[in-house]
Amino acid sequence: MDQFTLNLIVVGLTFALYIGIAVWARAGSTAEFYAAGQGVHPIMNGMATGADWMSAASFISMAGIIAFGGYETSAYLMGWTGGYVLLALLLAPYLRKFGKFTVPEFIGDRFYSGGARLLAVICLIVISVTYVIGQMRGVGVTFSRFLEVSTDTGLYIGAAIVFAYAVLGGMKGITYTQVAQYVVLIIAYTIPALFISLQLTGSFLPQLGLIGSYAPSGGDMTFLAKLDSVVTELGFKAYTGDSANYFNMFLFTMSLMIGTAGLPHVIIRFFTVPKVADARSSAGWSLVFIALLYTVAPAVGSMARLNLSTTMWPAAVTGSAFSGPAISRADIESKPELSWIRTWEKTGLLAMSDLNGDGMIQYVNEPADLAANTKAMGEAKAALAKAAEADKAGIEAKIAELTTAREGLLAAAQVGTSGKTFAEMGLTGNEVTKVDNDIMVLANPEIAALPGWVVAIVAAGALAAALSTAAGLLLAISSAISHDLIKGSINPNISEKGELLAARVSMGGAIVVATYLGLNPPGFAAQVVALAFGLAAATIFPVLMMGIFSKRINKEGAIAGMLVGLIFTSVYIFIYKGWFFIPGTNNLPDTAANYFFGISPLSIGTIGAVMNFLTAFVVSGATKAPPQHVVELVESIRVPKGAGSAQAH
Amino acid sequence: MADKTSSNAYWAANIRVITISLVIWFVCSFGLGIILRPALKGIMVGGADLGFWMAQNGSIYVFLVLIFAYAAKMNKLDKEHGVDE
Repeated sequence: MDQFTLNLIVVGLTFALYIGIAVWARAGSTAEFYAAGQGVHPIMNGMATGADWMSAASFISMAGIIAFGGYETSAYLMGWTGGYVLLALLLAPYLRKFGKFTVPEFIGDRFYSGGARLLAVICLIVISVTYVIGQMRGVGVTFSRFLEVSTDTGLYIGAAIVFAYAVLGGMKGITYTQVAQYVVLIIAYTIPALFISLQLTGSFLPQLGLIGSYAPSGGDMTFLAKLDSVVTELGFKAYTGDSANYFNMFLFTMSLMIGTAGLPHVIIRFFTVPKVADARSSAGWSLVFIALLYTVAPAVGSMARLNLSTTMWPAAVTGSAFSGPAISRADIESKPELSWIRTWEKTGLLAMSDLNGDGMIQYVNEPADLAANTKAMGEAKAALAKAAEADKAGIEAKIAELTTAREGLLAAAQVGTSGKTFAEMGLTGNEVTKVDNDIMVLANPEIAALPGWVVAIVAAGALAAALSTAAGLLLAISSAISHDLIKGSINPNISEKGELLAARVSMGGAIVVATYLGLNPPGFAAQVVALAFGLAAATIFPVLMMGIFSKRINKEGAIAGMLVGLIFTSVYIFIYKGWFFIPGTNNLPDTAANYFFGISPLSIGTIGAVMNFLTAFVVSGATKAPPQHVVELVESIRVPKGAGSAQAH
Repeated sequence: MADKTSSNAYWAANIRVITISLVIWFVCSFGLGIILRPALKGIMVGGADLGFWMAQNGSIYVFLVLIFAYAAKMNKLDKEHGVDE
């Protein structure tokens, strides 16, 4: 059976399973639609939260980012898990005790203000919509790579599946589907990792392999020391090397942590469990299921990185890379164990070019000045291809100038730690011209020569990761519209049946909008993720925490705090990324040298959160204390007793 | 709702547990994993230095233990103060 048929069968089976669950778990009431009837077992909820949280980015991209970023990118590992400690200790149990369905509803009740609720709805929609675009793209891209349909067709199929189980089942259908999706995605992620760890370190557990010894050279060297020595020899930064800016790494990690704890689609998951005590333990179970993937991710990334390097320089397996020849183009074309290179070259995610025409592909890092020359040259050549006849002479002169400059650079620049210059080694640049981060996970089973069914499961896993997160986000959006906007302000007297219909219609509408945005993604989709995390950190998390832990923070303080967090964070991001992400409207270039105190736009959420807290305290202190019924509300959410009866609304 | 003094004592106990947990949370991730990493290069966990290992794997295990320990401690406090469900 060929790989395509196998992929089709495995993906088809998982989709049939999701639809089956949708039919079984139809929602009959708003309580079921918004919060799965508050009857989900904490372990089941933990699994569903794991799938909800782990998106296309976690599944497909994170290991690759870590593979090439090394120690510094540990911010993702700590940030995206440490947020669950904040959720379990500071938010989840109290919001469950509050016993309502949405995050804006809590903010509206606690701060006795429709304005605060509306502001929260706006933040929620901006955060969730930006997130959902990435998921829809992930679905489309996975389809196109594994199932040979266009990205757009893949997106329609994915949207139809989500439509079926999210509109029918609401939170109930989504939760039970996510449990199944979790199982699919975790199997897909860990199986290749187990085998690769066994091959490279002799240890079956990737977590132990990461700190174990490197097996192919006889085990006298640790895996990490081997990886560092190979990549530094080729001129790259050591995997375990220091962070360039520990202060920024600190703020980035904190931003991801409090951003995670402030993401509405994660918070509402804890409304589905029966009791307050279950909300606490369910956060722990969520992290168990998330940690299964997150503790494996650095091993997947680092091992794939070493495999890639030793594939390109076969001598590096046992000795130094440059003690033998680089991989030859003829081998890539003929050897079956290298067929994955040909496969992934076709997708454009991996690109190699024999620049010096010696029949071999030399993978080395170009030092900064040489890399800048390569980039300028590439841009000039692309411009030449598109230029009008009259402009061509100017561009050709520019290319000639760059070519001359390049001669000098090649004569001066060293190739890694070889002690020789590019010119002395006969190189004209790095011949692996593109390695996309995503390849580290997607090509993993093929690099390790695992059987075809493992490849098929990875395809199903990537789809499960993207679909489960998309569904969770869509529910957060639709409940904010039907519950907070329609029932909360437009038509408070709407019947239970009417609200359920409104919830289904808003869910359908949200899917249509998400599909449209997935088909026509704004050019800035990737950068907007920074905004989503920054806003969750700077607006929703502080206001929820203060609402629970302070009786004194009032309406004025909460609204002022949210506005300051929202405006400060967006403005800082816009300064570097362009106003409303319109290219060219940025005030300062988006490079480390221009950041205030070295703080990157990705890390600014932490500062936004601090400003939110300070503003809320100062403004609340200067204005009237909250009314008595709000003080009583705060006192009641602080004790678990009576949560079961509080759900009626 | 439980009487006022009892729920005040319960809340104070809860805040104490949260504070201790958050100190551990901070020290293990931001402390050992980031701020103190350069100073602790000599301590090894298998093939990795302590700070590196905490940042890539160790802190996640600590987070797990923290959440379950907090849940267990709070279940006990809920019962002691008569506020459990």
